[in-house]
Amino acid sequence: MLKQVHFGPSYIPYLLVTPQILITLVFFIWPAGHALYQSLLIEDAFGLSSEFVWFENFEVLFADEHYLGTFKRTIFFSVLVASISMGFSLILAAMADRVIKAAMVYRTLLIWPYAVAPVVAGALWVFMFDPTLGILTYGLSMFGYDWNHKLNGNEAMALVIIAAAWKQVAYNFLFFLAAMQSIPKSLIEAAAIDGAGPVRRFATIVFPLISPTTFFLLVVNIVYAFFDTFGIVHTITQGGPAKATEILVYKVYNDGFVGLDLGGSAAQSVVLMAIVIALTVIQFRYIEKTVEYS
Amino acid sequence: MIENRPFITFLSHAVLILGIAIIAFPIWITFVAATHDAVRMVQVPLPLLPGDQFFANLDQALNKGISGGSNSGVGMMIFNSLVMALMIAIGKIAISLLSAFAIVYFRFPFRMGFFWMIFITLMLPVEVRIIPTFEVVANLNMLNSYWGLSIPLIASATATFMFRQTFLTIPDELLEAARIDGAGAMRFFFDILLPMSRTNIAALFVILFIYGWNQYLWPLLITTDQSMFTVVMSIKQMLETAEQAPEWNIIMMTTLLAMLPPVVVVVFMQKLFVKGLTETEK
Repeated sequence: MLKQVHFGPSYIPYLLVTPQILITLVFFIWPAGHALYQSLLIEDAFGLSSEFVWFENFEVLFADEHYLGTFKRTIFFSVLVASISMGFSLILAAMADRVIKAAMVYRTLLIWPYAVAPVVAGALWVFMFDPTLGILTYGLSMFGYDWNHKLNGNEAMALVIIAAAWKQVAYNFLFFLAAMQSIPKSLIEAAAIDGAGPVRRFATIVFPLISPTTFFLLVVNIVYAFFDTFGIVHTITQGGPAKATEILVYKVYNDGFVGLDLGGSAAQSVVLMAIVIALTVIQFRYIEKTVEYS
Repeated sequence: MIENRPFITFLSHAVLILGIAIIAFPIWITFVAATHDAVRMVQVPLPLLPGDQFFANLDQALNKGISGGSNSGVGMMIFNSLVMALMIAIGKIAISLLSAFAIVYFRFPFRMGFFWMIFITLMLPVEVRIIPTFEVVANLNMLNSYWGLSIPLIASATATFMFRQTFLTIPDELLEAARIDGAGAMRFFFDILLPMSRTNIAALFVILFIYGWNQYLWPLLITTDQSMFTVVMSIKQMLETAEQAPEWNIIMMTTLLAMLPPVVVVVFMQKLFVKGLTETEK
């Protein structure tokens, strides 16, 4: 943590940490504390007076079946985004790991969606699935399927999941490929000599050995689906139709900025913070025992 | 190659090419849409091959914007995005370098307290504390300014951790040698630590530039003045206008413009990008 050899006591280290600490205090600690405090208040409709109500906002929140529905929906959404995106990239990485010479070319062609902003990803997919004009809507109509995500909640959810998973494939692919390439070749060769075919080797050697990476990616993907998909939902569906795609981050924004229910929104923020903290702790406990990547 | 199985090798290539086709398909459709005129873009089925209106659309997107919207082209917004991304990337790197240096090379009271305070920022993404942070920025009169766009996003636990990690691998002998030669703390920082962390700084810059460029919710909240909009958030507004008058060719051209800079950075600085991604996540 600290160097064996270091500088003696002086005022310099305080000056050095000042910018970071100042920004953290003003833009992180203070707002988070304020959200905590506000989550214990109920304000009247004009914001003129507020009453301290202890945990009533939370009680209301967890008794509200809309909120519980949003909670379940977010979990459903995250699990599907994580599994679709990780499954797809695991297959591609396993294939790229076999064709080692071309692997880097394929990597270049696969990693760039990482750089696409969630909102932009949303715009691409909403264009392709536009109910009247979209090219994929047209394709589906040739099979007799009538796609309209503006009316059908399940279709809206499917579209949001596809767009979110599409964007995350690049990231997962990169980490899976790096993990597979760090497996010693001698292990694979020994198994091949013993007569194990490619599928058997993948199932009994490669997959177990990359499991730390898989677990790490699972946490990262769930964090991504919980918190970084606001832009996707906002462009594609705005949480609709009839709240079918309203996930937790979207509800915090919507209740706070559109519905102006500050206490309720703050209570939701606090619940989200608890989720992030839990996920970060899981991630860090794991990272202590991490594998080598590059 | 462990064994020679031409069929499986062929299959691998086939699956990879199919995968790339699926991943790249939305971009192809976007590109095609950006090369046709507005009339063609309302006829079903939409084209699958590019047309000849690319430069006309580029000119309209950059200088005029969509006809239904009130905004005047995205040229200015691209500049705003660039300023915001650069301020975030450079700001994060600068303050993280300084605090990592303090935490690794100095012993001082509350050292661990500061360390934990920085660590906490990792747990508070902007999405979970939007309203109170917005209030702070409004009270500081930072709405509709580059400062408001960038400073609240500048504190970074991941960057501080990464530099701490880098500094810990730098041999102690270097500091001893520097001190014997009479170098002070800041001299050591600028002449030895900074040059030695050059690759890490570059790798982190790539990641942070993309992070900054792609910010959406934050600019959406704190900018109300057209002249401060960023290109990423303008897409959403164009889509709203598109409900009445769809000008998909211009919207898709803007989409292309919005994703071009970060994608170019990833593809051309791939080594640094991969390094940055794997190191910050460790």
